[in-house]
Amino acid sequence: MQPTRKGYSELDCDAQIKHNASAAARGDCDLNLPESTDLAPGTEQKPHALIGQDKTATEQFVRANLGWMLAVAKRIVTDAALAEDVVQDAFSNVFKNLETFRGDAALKTWMHRIVINQALMALRKQRRRKEQPIDELLPEFDGSGCRIDEPSMLSHLAQTPEALLLSSDRRQQVLASIDRLPDSYRVVLMLRDIEEMSTAEVAEMTGLTETNVKVRLHRARAALKKLLSPLFEGTAL
Amino acid sequence: MNIMSNSVRQRIRSIMFKLPLMITCAEFEAFVTAYLDGSLSNTQRRVFEFHLAVCRECRDYLSAYQSAMTVTRDVLDAETADTLADVPEDLVSAVLAAQKLQNRR
Repeated sequence: MQPTRKGYSELDCDAQIKHNASAAARGDCDLNLPESTDLAPGTEQKPHALIGQDKTATEQFVRANLGWMLAVAKRIVTDAALAEDVVQDAFSNVFKNLETFRGDAALKTWMHRIVINQALMALRKQRRRKEQPIDELLPEFDGSGCRIDEPSMLSHLAQTPEALLLSSDRRQQVLASIDRLPDSYRVVLMLRDIEEMSTAEVAEMTGLTETNVKVRLHRARAALKKLLSPLFEGTAL
Repeated sequence: MNIMSNSVRQRIRSIMFKLPLMITCAEFEAFVTAYLDGSLSNTQRRVFEFHLAVCRECRDYLSAYQSAMTVTRDVLDAETADTLADVPEDLVSAVLAAQKLQNRR
């Protein structure tokens, strides 16, 4: 899909972000690239040709994309300062390789991969604190294969008003729970469920096999279910 | 009373899950992601849904599992909206300055 051309004057991203932040962050928003209507027919430049050359176009490009790139980086590396470093490196990579970008994928998709790769590299370098093994967060079964599971109020949350779920305290608790997942599981969860990448893409980016990606995704979700359950006990339904 | 009925239920379930076309909760667990992806074959899906219909524990579990996914997504969407609303100006400047330098080389 080719990126749509848009004028300088308006940050179309902003309007769409207000409407749907998640869609914008996941790559559904236009690129706000400069128009090339002043060019004679047949001499049309590629939409990204001015980026890195023209000061205004470059600034417009950076402003239109920095926010979602920072959001992606934060989700992966979890540390705000490190996420900013990741975004700087990602932009440097984008500017360096823009000339070779062939336009066979949307520019935003290409940039999404760059920022994710950069974030994964930063995470590998950082090697955070000792991780809690995931096994104790996985579902348990008795000798006959029957589930031994405490009933969770989470199973009734589908009808709960969103406002109740997203108080500031609760948001922090949920973020802390996500952060308790071992990185190698949390990253797969982020890439599959939040960045909406395919199993094959995640396998390619992480170096895991596709089977392993599927297993880790399931374990990460199951562990998160166990971690989130206590947060919702006593929730008025 | 409650404990008693739970253990009886447990025993009934363990016998029931040995019947043809029945799977145990542990086997059910292995198919959850594929079920939600829609990648089970028709037969596998019927077996999975049959277990779901007879096992309250797995019904509650699956529902909570999906709620956890929704809550996670909602919270991260809210975080994204905050990040987008407050892009650090010094980072914009740093990126532009680095680009300028890069361009000169």
